[in-house]
Amino acid sequence: MAYVAVSGGQEAIEESIKLLKYYRTDGESDIEIDAIKDKMKLLIDRVISEAGLYAPDYAALALKQCEGSLEEAVFILRAYRSTLTRNHYCNTMNSVDMRIIRRISAAFKDIPGGQVLGPSYDYVHRLLDFGIPDEDKEEIEAWRTEFEKNQQAEEVYKFHRVSDLLRDEDLLEEVPENKKKPYDVTVNKLPLPAPRSARLQTLARADTGYVSGLAYSSLRGFGSVHPTVGELRTGWLSVEVPYLLQEGQEIFVGEVLVTEVESFVSASKTTKKEHDEMKVGVGYGCVFGRNETKAIAISILDSALRANGDSPVNDEEFVLLHGDCLEMNGFLSHLKLPHYVTFQSKLDQLRKKKEG
Amino acid sequence: MNTANPVLRVRDLIVRFGEGCNYCLQGAALEKGRCPYCHSVWALNKVSLDLYKGEILGIVGESGSGKSTLLRALYFDREITGGEAYISEYKDGEKNIFEISNQQKRYIRNQKMGMVYQNPIMGLRMNFSSGGNVAEKLIAAGIRNAGSMTERAKYLLNHVEVPINRIKEEPKNFSGGMQQRVQISKALANNPSILLLDEVTTGLDLSVQARVLDLIKRIQQELGISMIVVSHDLSVIRMMADRTVVMLEGRIIEEGLTDQILEDPIHEYTQILVHSLL
Amino acid sequence: MDHQNNKQHYNFAFLDEGAKREIRRSILKAVAIPGYQVPFGSRELPIGRGWGTGGLQITLSIIGKKDILKVIDQGSDDSVNAVSIRKLVTATTGVQTTTDTGCATIIQSRHRVPENKMRNDQIMVLQVPNPEPLRSVSPKEVVSRTLHSEAEYSGIWLRLYEGIIKYGHTVSGADHPVMVEDRYVMNPSPIPKFDNPKLHQSDCLYLFGAGREKKIYAVPPYTEVVSLAYEDYPFAVEDMTGRVCKLCGAENVYFDEIFDSSTGEHYFQCSDSGFCARRRGKIGGN
Repeated sequence: MAYVAVSGGQEAIEESIKLLKYYRTDGESDIEIDAIKDKMKLLIDRVISEAGLYAPDYAALALKQCEGSLEEAVFILRAYRSTLTRNHYCNTMNSVDMRIIRRISAAFKDIPGGQVLGPSYDYVHRLLDFGIPDEDKEEIEAWRTEFEKNQQAEEVYKFHRVSDLLRDEDLLEEVPENKKKPYDVTVNKLPLPAPRSARLQTLARADTGYVSGLAYSSLRGFGSVHPTVGELRTGWLSVEVPYLLQEGQEIFVGEVLVTEVESFVSASKTTKKEHDEMKVGVGYGCVFGRNETKAIAISILDSALRANGDSPVNDEEFVLLHGDCLEMNGFLSHLKLPHYVTFQSKLDQLRKKKEG
Repeated sequence: MNTANPVLRVRDLIVRFGEGCNYCLQGAALEKGRCPYCHSVWALNKVSLDLYKGEILGIVGESGSGKSTLLRALYFDREITGGEAYISEYKDGEKNIFEISNQQKRYIRNQKMGMVYQNPIMGLRMNFSSGGNVAEKLIAAGIRNAGSMTERAKYLLNHVEVPINRIKEEPKNFSGGMQQRVQISKALANNPSILLLDEVTTGLDLSVQARVLDLIKRIQQELGISMIVVSHDLSVIRMMADRTVVMLEGRIIEEGLTDQILEDPIHEYTQILVHSLL
Repeated sequence: MDHQNNKQHYNFAFLDEGAKREIRRSILKAVAIPGYQVPFGSRELPIGRGWGTGGLQITLSIIGKKDILKVIDQGSDDSVNAVSIRKLVTATTGVQTTTDTGCATIIQSRHRVPENKMRNDQIMVLQVPNPEPLRSVSPKEVVSRTLHSEAEYSGIWLRLYEGIIKYGHTVSGADHPVMVEDRYVMNPSPIPKFDNPKLHQSDCLYLFGAGREKKIYAVPPYTEVVSLAYEDYPFAVEDMTGRVCKLCGAENVYFDEIFDSSTGEHYFQCSDSGFCARRRGKIGGN
């Protein structure tokens, strides 16, 4: 019989939750939360990026709590974030000061400071490695010690942006500096049309698959943006908040790992002369963690949203309103809720139609 | 013809794409409607005209001359850059209709004017019934009686020779000529005092063209509606228009009685145009 | 999620006080402009978006320690989602709950307004999936916002008319749009048409929350709420005549239609489980 008209919803839920616990604790070996955090780094990065909460430990806990479901883990972190008071906004970070672990440019071979390949799966042969199950703990330890010994001491070097090269040559599209406070989409409804800060935040928290698919559609032909990755950099940024007791002072509160992309697209500058000038426009994307395709995808969408066109990627409401992990999964899953009342009302119409 | 009191007065209407510069804003010579210095395009360059009660005013010109832009601007489909227009039936013709609120503009669009576009997709909701399409205008005019709207829709559809039993069908299933007739009935729904027709027969078969033009002519005679008929086709203008203006590069270069313009064109461009028809 | 165990980590009513204040301000604005959708900074909750987070944020923002809460889903107190929402609110507030409409100060509901006449000291919180009545006219927020500002609702009226011309009667089901104070057209949330008249000149305050769409709107007490209808096709609620509740014998209420697969029997029972239980003398809180 129906699952609402009958009594016992409460019991049913409790039993269902017990079953979940049974599933979660299945199997012989346990997995420690630290192990999830250390060994599943990229998964953690994805969770914190979509949750918009830089909390690797809680992300690991959330993943353990929900059998590794990405959408559930994001969900749990977002809900947790709602309980926290927003006490501070940090100072603007300049990624020129980034402690780089990886930095590449597809636009120029030689860039000031050089390319730093860093950890990347790009050039790995994706062959299933049957050696991993037999890895010896001591051997690995020895290998790591040796590896660390050979690493040079970290050079503190300011990596200037690749786009500065173009700016110096006056080839970059001029974007007026915007001194306005960024719009905070986590505590306000997204305004439409949305300022760029709101767009970039929305995309930074959006589902990775969603933004990648949209950006891909633009590359394939539903849109005209096909950029060159001017610079992709991953590294650590210092987070500082203003010190309330003394103006002009700030307090260092920690570091976050981010991936930032500037992609170059063609732009033009209208002139009063016979021909317009060709310029290089910059699409920007920045996300928590090592999340490279997502950062590239955001930079493409950032460009596409500022371009004119009739493709889905040019439509602000289409792009910004359908990629939130919680919103899309929540609304899709709500279809499992009973709809007797609305369906009864529909039936009433169908029957009336039949009579009439 | 009541020359003292036009139904519609248009004065110095400008639609410009681009900022304009010291050169072109002074009214200096343009190259095919385009400023040689700042490249601004003057789609309408200070167009003025009067439409009198019960007349059909023809606007003829090649594509890009600004004639469709003029209609779109008058129907508020397109933002204007400058200029004025007055409708005798709105605030006694004393209020510039480009300076009123969107709500008021919508009122004029729905109750004082009708528009028939070249492409029926512009004027019809293809996924709504043809009856619904006519009713949309009546709803906008505040009518809340479904039966009376259906009666009105039937009357109009019948008038434009769309079989009444197709009232609940969607225009997307109709032929081009029939879509055009539904569009005309929709435009007539609220007995507008002004009807704007933009290349309404372009793209239709010749025999269908003749029927649609006949219909428009008949409606004009029966209802006494003032009309502006835009066409690049002089034969359409000759058949329909009492008076005609000739447009070129965003300006009116010649105007007069249609016969006069066809028999004795003064402007060089009009002469070429008329000559090509003969 | 078990809130009982780690309740001490959470603020009263889950959300932080700043968020609650913000939401209350949006509610006040909504009350001041009946039927107008007030945008708000919708927070994420442990309950799914689309599962009642708009209503829940309203409840969490207005609830106090002395409130008595009733949560229903499709009229039922025992529906899984109602249980889940009630559990979250009680775990983070410790407030008393009830299934008796008459005892409740706040009633959060999905898809139904209770059969009992609501009082002036009660607040009805409705969960809203699609707050925008103009969404079927245009998928774009920028467009629908302009249409609201100009009170341009022809598109909604046209949809009603399409049903009439195609089928001979209005074809809308639940969520039949209403005109509020002769200004804003509003979605009453998908309550059946049966419940629409309850919003008109009501004694109680109705609050509507759409979490995913980030809108709050309200129908304050004694507000004009008129279901849209043409003069010659007057608004009509779902026809419940001839139906009797198998459990309590009630008539002229909204019914669930039940098929008992073991007996093949087909019968009706009150959609409002609290109302039905009270008639049968079985009612209680905790």
